[in-house]
Amino acid sequence: MNQQKQAGTIKIQKENSMLKQKQMLAEHFMALSQVRETGKKVVYTFVPGNLTELIYTFDMLPVYPEINALQSGMRKKSHDYIREAEDLGYSEDVCSYVKCDIGMMLQGNIGPTGQKLPDPDILLLSYTGCFVFMKWFENLKQLYPNAEIAMLHIPYQEAGRIEPDAVNYIKKQLLSEVIPVFEKVSGTSFEEKVLAKKMDLSAQAEDLLIEVFDSAQQKPSPIDAYFGGVYYIGPIFTAFRGSESCVDYYRELVKDVDYRIQNKLGPLTPDGYLEQEQYRLVVEGPPNWTHFRNFWKIFYDQGAVFVGSSYTRVGGVYDDGFRHSPDDPLRSLAEYCLGCYTNRNLPQRIDLLERFIRRYHADGFLVNSIKSCNSFSAGQLVMMRDLEERLQIPVGFIETDLVDPRYYSYSNIKNRLDSFFQMLDQRHTVRVTDDWLSDDVLA
Amino acid sequence: MKVYLGIDLGSTTSKAVILDENDHIIGRGITNTRANYEVAAEIARMEAEFNSKFTLLDRELQSQENGTVNWDDVFLRLNHRFHYLQFEIRFRQLMEEMNRIVEEEVDPSQQDLIRSIFSRVSSTINDTVRERYFSGKISISSEFFRDVFSSVYLDAIPSDDKDIYDRLVAIYDRAITPVENTLISFQFVELVAEALELMQDLDQLHRDTILNQLENVDAISLEPTDYIGTGYGRQLLPFDEKHIKSEILCHAMGAHHFFPKTRTVLDIGGQDTKAIQVDEHGLVTSFQMNDRCAAGCGRYLGYIADEMNISVGELGPLAMGAEYESNICSTCTVFAGAELREYLNLGEKKENILAGLHKAIVQRAFALLARSGGVRNEFTFTGGVARNVAVVKYVKALTIANYGELTINSHWDSIFMGALGAAIFSARRLS
Amino acid sequence: METWMPETYDDAITQSRALFEDLTYTYPREWKAKADTRRLIGYLPIYIPREIIHALDMLPVGLFGAGDRLPVVRGDAFFQSYICHLPRTVIELALNGNLDDFDGFIFPSICDVIRNLSGIFRMKMGDRYVRYLDFPQNFNPEVGGTYYRSELERLIDDLSKLNGVVLTNSALNKAIHLYNRNRNLLQRLDSIRVDRPHVVSATDFYLIRRAGQILEVEECNRFWQRVIDLADSIVREPEDKIRVVVSGSFCEQPPLGLIKTIENAGCYIVEDDFQLGLNWFRHELPADTDDPLGVLVDAYLNHSPASSAVYTTEEARGKALLSQVQEQKADGVIFCAPSFCDPALLDRPALEQSMDQNHIKHFSFQYHENLGQFHVIKEQAGTFADMVKLWE
Repeated sequence: MNQQKQAGTIKIQKENSMLKQKQMLAEHFMALSQVRETGKKVVYTFVPGNLTELIYTFDMLPVYPEINALQSGMRKKSHDYIREAEDLGYSEDVCSYVKCDIGMMLQGNIGPTGQKLPDPDILLLSYTGCFVFMKWFENLKQLYPNAEIAMLHIPYQEAGRIEPDAVNYIKKQLLSEVIPVFEKVSGTSFEEKVLAKKMDLSAQAEDLLIEVFDSAQQKPSPIDAYFGGVYYIGPIFTAFRGSESCVDYYRELVKDVDYRIQNKLGPLTPDGYLEQEQYRLVVEGPPNWTHFRNFWKIFYDQGAVFVGSSYTRVGGVYDDGFRHSPDDPLRSLAEYCLGCYTNRNLPQRIDLLERFIRRYHADGFLVNSIKSCNSFSAGQLVMMRDLEERLQIPVGFIETDLVDPRYYSYSNIKNRLDSFFQMLDQRHTVRVTDDWLSDDVLA
Repeated sequence: MKVYLGIDLGSTTSKAVILDENDHIIGRGITNTRANYEVAAEIARMEAEFNSKFTLLDRELQSQENGTVNWDDVFLRLNHRFHYLQFEIRFRQLMEEMNRIVEEEVDPSQQDLIRSIFSRVSSTINDTVRERYFSGKISISSEFFRDVFSSVYLDAIPSDDKDIYDRLVAIYDRAITPVENTLISFQFVELVAEALELMQDLDQLHRDTILNQLENVDAISLEPTDYIGTGYGRQLLPFDEKHIKSEILCHAMGAHHFFPKTRTVLDIGGQDTKAIQVDEHGLVTSFQMNDRCAAGCGRYLGYIADEMNISVGELGPLAMGAEYESNICSTCTVFAGAELREYLNLGEKKENILAGLHKAIVQRAFALLARSGGVRNEFTFTGGVARNVAVVKYVKALTIANYGELTINSHWDSIFMGALGAAIFSARRLS
Repeated sequence: METWMPETYDDAITQSRALFEDLTYTYPREWKAKADTRRLIGYLPIYIPREIIHALDMLPVGLFGAGDRLPVVRGDAFFQSYICHLPRTVIELALNGNLDDFDGFIFPSICDVIRNLSGIFRMKMGDRYVRYLDFPQNFNPEVGGTYYRSELERLIDDLSKLNGVVLTNSALNKAIHLYNRNRNLLQRLDSIRVDRPHVVSATDFYLIRRAGQILEVEECNRFWQRVIDLADSIVREPEDKIRVVVSGSFCEQPPLGLIKTIENAGCYIVEDDFQLGLNWFRHELPADTDDPLGVLVDAYLNHSPASSAVYTTEEARGKALLSQVQEQKADGVIFCAPSFCDPALLDRPALEQSMDQNHIKHFSFQYHENLGQFHVIKEQAGTFADMVKLWE
């Protein structure tokens, strides 16, 4: 049986990278709150296929509605917002991010720091890997009739590869739809070499990011690639890619991770370093945000560590060598968008998960199926069966939602996870002592 | 002696199984789950303990080779009387509670009337129930105190004045909960002796033989060497973490113990349906549970029974009388009622509707099986719903249709699989 | 094979219904058996350029789920309870072998569920051609047009490999011509139900149209012409019913019983989007150019309807719905969308607002294709009809 680890016995020391992240995010939201004074322009866009480098090339500031929504979920505001949207006629069936975001705007658009978020100057629809994004933006267009609109359609990798016509299509859209709008609103002309410089910085951050993810090959794993992944590995990546400070952040993070490796420490959880790694898991699907800490705790209390997750790849996949490149920056942006996790077909997604399971020596695979997100969820059951058959790995399946607290049932999840962990225990035990069962039972 | 206890606290019924050190089941107990989970678990355990004592008694007597006596028959009848005596004690307690409610809550002008009805019906109830127990008409493992009492009570009270009738029903509803949630300690030896008194045709010699052994058996401690709790409500048991185990693993182990060649287990319980794949050691290799929505589980059948105003036990046999299955689309409890009424309004026979409902449940369970990796030989069907003949029929039909001819195991006692598995795990831990 | 020249209007409906109910796809299989090069291509809602399929000697067959006609056993193993119903019956049909004679499947880019269903088909029906067809959401001919053209060219290349037929301009022009006529006949049928909904009932019209998702286009054209002739000669008294537009059912189809319920409750359905793809273009496409593929590309970019699957503004969709209401002299709108349908349900609030602003009455509900009881909907539709009449 598991040894219940004593959480919190080590005095929690915020690691340097965490402090830096906190400071960077505070500065970002400060900058957003001061746009009236500074005259900086604001671009609303989505995480998958985000054009952060291009936005910074024009010295504008990005705002990500999904991140607002997940922050609202973590701050327990999402239920109110969702209700507001449902009162307006949104069905209970549809994506809770959309409803949360729309509800938040209707209630004054107060951001995570308590300050009002500025209205968008540009709505940049990077329509990547999620059909709902398109509908979401059509709805936003109504709410912000004065914003300029740029739509970037990223075709799906339906055949499991990047088609040349898709790359050309995206490059043309960047040149004819996106960049002209950016130029018009920012009053700055596009300079490819400015973008190229940012692409170079992105590539540096990407190398470091992969170094962090790959540290999960260690036993014990010094990182949690799911909860930790979205908590202190991912956020900076989305909002600051292409900047010097982003590279600095990841250098700091690599140092912190190295420290954990040297001291045989597990990942940092809200209750301190995880002391005894019991299970190494790979997970498919986004986390739940409304009960983020409670959800995480179910795992770290049992010594379960996520050594790989697909969700941390929605903003880009760098595991197979892709890096933003200064050489032909627009082509590189196109390839980046095409390669995002939810823009890959099911067989590709399975291959990537298999790679995580093998590379990070996982002993279990879990699906957190999100009610809101058909892009992720439709097909997960087949993916799970396929991986189970392919790798003979124990699999688990739970259901939650992104930010609709009505779809988080603690006892339901706990019940399934207990069985899952105990199934993993049995596998462990059997592997260690094959004669676990006495013969008389088998007779 | 060393014994191991497994308790399965389900959403509808609570089960207990006691194993001896040779992995033989010596006792099982079952009761309905109620608000107080601890009481439910304790009653199930106590039942299992009494049942174990009967088993030990039986072993002793069988070993004595007493010639021509059919001990099986004697024990069966003894058991019926033993359970009747327990009923009688609970019944007295319930009547007291009902009288207390009358005293405290009923309009004084009506109190005398109701009390007179109570005194009139209580002997009727007692007589009827006694007769039913003695003749073996009450199933000890599926009809519990509340079922036995209410069915007789509702028939016995006068129904001509609706107002009075409703009041009488309301008094029962109020009284049953506190009574059910109170634990009564029964004295095993005294109760058995009393039960023997009720078997007048048993000759003195055999009576003495039993009484002699009874003392010996009662002296054997059945304090479990180890125990494990499982089931839907396991977290609510007052057990330490190491005495709690997931129901999936327990059901699989129980099914494996009963049917060692089992590779796939389907368990349909009150609130959960589980599809489990096991290896040759009874260890789980993969499992799937129903999603958030409990549609198609045992509760659904309970709801349908309520809608049709019949008992759950009657559903299966009724459905077996169908000519064909009505096409039921929804296993959602909310919609099923409406669908049922719509069919009834259209003049559809209730047997056909019920057959359609049963088939819909099984179809849903098969989707879960497909999710978990399909059905492999041998296929064991467990859980409370496995007692329903119509469900078993469709499980067989769908297995053949989708997976070919396989060995399908299903057993009346398969409701005890979870508790059995828990008991095995507790025994394994120490061996 | 049955001839599609019915004697009476009722025969036409009976024949259409039999075709609709036949989940073994007898008609397509018999069609295919007639020549070696013939192939069957299944497609999902909403729209695909069927002209191309036809010109390659293939039969495009609409896969619109199986409604309440197929119990789902294996389909539920693939999809969680919060995903719509259509993909369950589609995969059930595939796994049951009902689609064994099909040679390929096309999944248009209308939502994430259909998209991922294409992935499941890739995994489970790997020996067939499986194609997720990404329609452009950029309508600039140089940008989206070029892209769409290259996507179609890739589609043509892939399909050609299935039977060795090479696409010629003349074959594609001929197909465009046939489908022009097909759409024209459909519009004429439509105008009969708009003018005389008491003659062509909503379920009749539904079944007649569904035939268009299966029949070979020339046969369909003869059949529809025949139905028009037969319907023209029917004389029947109109009933006192209101006229409604039904919106939101372009993918997963409502069960026939639901359509009938709406009508029986006092609402003539004078416009709907049940089979939107059949009538994607409302005008005649040039059928005699040197670049017929360019004609299809241009038509898609410039003449697609305000569908939920095509990027536009909510305002434009509201206007389109409003003009439907006005043109068909409808009294109100019924928003009738499948449960868990992202495209329809995410458009609904804005469309409702737009109707409110224009004082058009409306009500909404959700269904799934195997819905079995219509009690609540009957109540709602009946009340709606009464309410509208009261206001008149």
